[in-house]
Amino acid sequence: MKIHEYQSKEILKKFNVNIPKGKSALSKEEAIVAADEVAYPCVIKAQIHAGGRGKGGGVKVAKSREEAISIINELFGKRLITVQTGPGGKIVNRLLIEEAINIERELYVSIVIDREKALPVMMVSTEGGVEIEKIAKETPEKIVKEYAIPGLGLQRYQLRHLAFALGLEGQVYKKGIKFLASLFNVFRRTDASLVEVNPLVITSNGEMIALDAKINFDDNSLFRHKEFLELRDLSEEEPSEVEASKYKLNYIRLSGNVGCMVNGAGLAMATMDIIKLFGGEPANFLDVGGIASSETVANGFKILLSDPNVKAVLINIFGGIVRCDRVASGIVNALKTMDIKIPIVIRLEGTNAKEASKILSESSLNFIIARNLKESAEKAVSAANFQRSSKL
Amino acid sequence: MSILIDENTRVLVQGITGKEGAFHTEQMLKYGTNVVGGVTPGKGGKKSEHNLPIFNTVKECMEKTGANASVIFVPSQFAADAILEAANSCIELVVCITEGIPTFDMIKVSYLIKNTKTRLIGPNCPGIISPGKSKIGIMPGFIHKEGCIGIISRSGTLTYEAVSQVTNLGLGQSTCIGIGGDPIIGTSFVDLLELFEKDEGTEAVVLIGEIGGTDEEKAAEFIKNNFSKPVVAFISGRTAPPGRRMGHAGAIIAGGKGTAEEKITTLSASGVHIANSPADIGNTLINIIR
Repeated sequence: MKIHEYQSKEILKKFNVNIPKGKSALSKEEAIVAADEVAYPCVIKAQIHAGGRGKGGGVKVAKSREEAISIINELFGKRLITVQTGPGGKIVNRLLIEEAINIERELYVSIVIDREKALPVMMVSTEGGVEIEKIAKETPEKIVKEYAIPGLGLQRYQLRHLAFALGLEGQVYKKGIKFLASLFNVFRRTDASLVEVNPLVITSNGEMIALDAKINFDDNSLFRHKEFLELRDLSEEEPSEVEASKYKLNYIRLSGNVGCMVNGAGLAMATMDIIKLFGGEPANFLDVGGIASSETVANGFKILLSDPNVKAVLINIFGGIVRCDRVASGIVNALKTMDIKIPIVIRLEGTNAKEASKILSESSLNFIIARNLKESAEKAVSAANFQRSSKL
Repeated sequence: MSILIDENTRVLVQGITGKEGAFHTEQMLKYGTNVVGGVTPGKGGKKSEHNLPIFNTVKECMEKTGANASVIFVPSQFAADAILEAANSCIELVVCITEGIPTFDMIKVSYLIKNTKTRLIGPNCPGIISPGKSKIGIMPGFIHKEGCIGIISRSGTLTYEAVSQVTNLGLGQSTCIGIGGDPIIGTSFVDLLELFEKDEGTEAVVLIGEIGGTDEEKAAEFIKNNFSKPVVAFISGRTAPPGRRMGHAGAIIAGGKGTAEEKITTLSASGVHIANSPADIGNTLINIIR
C-alpha cells in the first residue's frame, strides 16, 4: 500500500527522524492557513502517489503570502503530469506546506527487501535528489549497501560504514548514525516494503533532515497495523480497481478492448499475453481466484463491463479441483440476470469440461465456445475487432 | 523416477482440521498419497474426518507416524510459525500452500531455515506431485501422467495448463513443482534444476516463469553451465504494466527490472527453447525431444 509524503513524514517523526516543520492541507483555505503558520518563505508540495513531482511542476517555493495564494490556487485541483504518473496525470487534492531549508548537501537513503538474499537492505548514496534507478544504471559504485540480520537489525558497524560512505564527519556523522538507525526502525516496526528518503539533506546548520519521504507497506502485514488502513487514499486509485477489491477480486485496468476473466494469476497474465500475440490488446488483468463461483463470475462481469473500451470478453478457466460444469452453471446463472450485449468467448478446460460445454450450449445465452487456449484468444480478438469495425 | 517425493514419502498435514486442509487431505488420499497424520495444536489425540491421528506438535506426529514431509494449510498469520516448527523438528520437506504470509515473517523463516536440513517449497504455491506416486498439494491429480518431463513453475493454474498440454501429447511428468508466487520462497528454479539434472527419470524440463525477481536469470546461468537436458520455457507477463503487482506478490516489474523480455532474452541466450505462446508449451517441447 502506498501513502502520501506527508503521511510518511508523520510516521518518520514518531520514530524521531528529523523532518521539516510543515503542515498538510486538504483544501485551499486550509493550505493558506498552513502557509501562514509555517511562515514565509515556504515550500508548497503537491501530494500525489507518484514521483517526479519537482520536475513536473508540483513543488514550488513561495516567498510571500501573495505568492503562496497564487501557487495554492494553481496547484489545487490541478492535473499533475510527471514521469511516473503516465500521460493521464493525477489530480492534486492535498498539499503539504513546509518551511524552506538551506541545503548544504543532498544525499540518498532507502531500505527495501532484497529478494535474492531475502534480507532487508539499506542503501545510501552521495547522489541525493537523483532517482536511484538512474544511479544504479550510470554509477552503481556510488551506491553502498548493508544487509540487516533478521530480528537483530543493522549493527553499529554497518551504520558506521554507511555514514562514512556518505562522507559524514564530526557532529553530522553522529547525527547521521542516529538518523539511519531510526530510519531502519521505521522500516522494521511498520512492516514496510520500502522506506526512501531522497533527498536526505544536510542543512547549513549541520542538521540532517528528511526533505522527502516515501513509505510503502507490505499488504500482507496490514492486519498487524490496522492504524495504517485509514491512510489509504482511494482517490489515488483507479475506481474500478477499488470496486474490484471490495469483491476480493484481483483486477488491474489496462487500455485494450478484450476483457478477460481468468482463474489464477499466472494464467491471467498468460491470457493477456496470448491476446496480444493474436493482434489484440487486453483490457485488463482479472484473477477470479482458484474457485470461480457464480458470485465471483457475476462480480467479475460487473467490473469488466464498467470499462467502456471492452468490446469482447474472454473467460478462460482451467478447472482443477473446481469442476468446469459448476463454473459453467455459475456463468449461465450470472449472465441470465445481466444484460450483456458484447460477445463472450468461453474456454473451460479440465475437470468435467465436456459437461460444461453442454451446459453452455444448451443455455439460451449466446456464447462463443472455444476448444483450447489458442482458439479462445483468436476468437476473442476477432470478436472484439468485429465489434469495433461494425460500429464505425 | 522422480525428485523430492515418491511412493515412500509419508506426509503429515499442518492445519488438517481447517476447511482447506481437510478438503485437500481428502483429495491427496484419493490420489494415493501416503498421508499419515495431521497437526492441529490443541486437538492432539483426536482423529481427523479422514480417520487420521491428530497431534499437538509436528515432532510428536513425526515420532508416532514416521512422517518425513509436511504440507501446510494454516492461515497466513500463523504459517511462518508452522514452517519453523516443522523445520526445527528436522523434517525433510515442507510444502507451504498458504498465500499472503507477511514478508518479514518469510525473511525470518528463510534466515532460520538455512541452518536446518529442511527443504521448503513455497509459500503461495500449488505444491509438488510425482505422478502415479505421490501428490503433496492442491493440484488436480488427473491431468498428470507418469513420464519423463520435469515441470517447474511460479504459478498455479498456468502450470496445470502446461501439464495438460504435455499429457495431451502423450508425454508424462516425472515431478511437477510450483515454487510459489511470492518474492521470498524456499526453493528456487536452480535448486530444482540441480535435482532434475541428477534424476535419471527426467529427460527434459519445462520452466514456467513470470515477471519480477531474477530467478529465471539465475536459472539461465545454471542451465548454460551445468544442465545437460533440454529445457523449454514460457515467461508470462509480456503485457504486464510496470510497477503493478500482477496477482502474485512477486510478479512485479520494479525499477525497470524483472521484465519478461529480459528473462526471455537471457534464457534464450543460454540455449533454452522459448514457447512464445502459452498455448505452444507442449508443441515446443515435442519438437525438441523428437
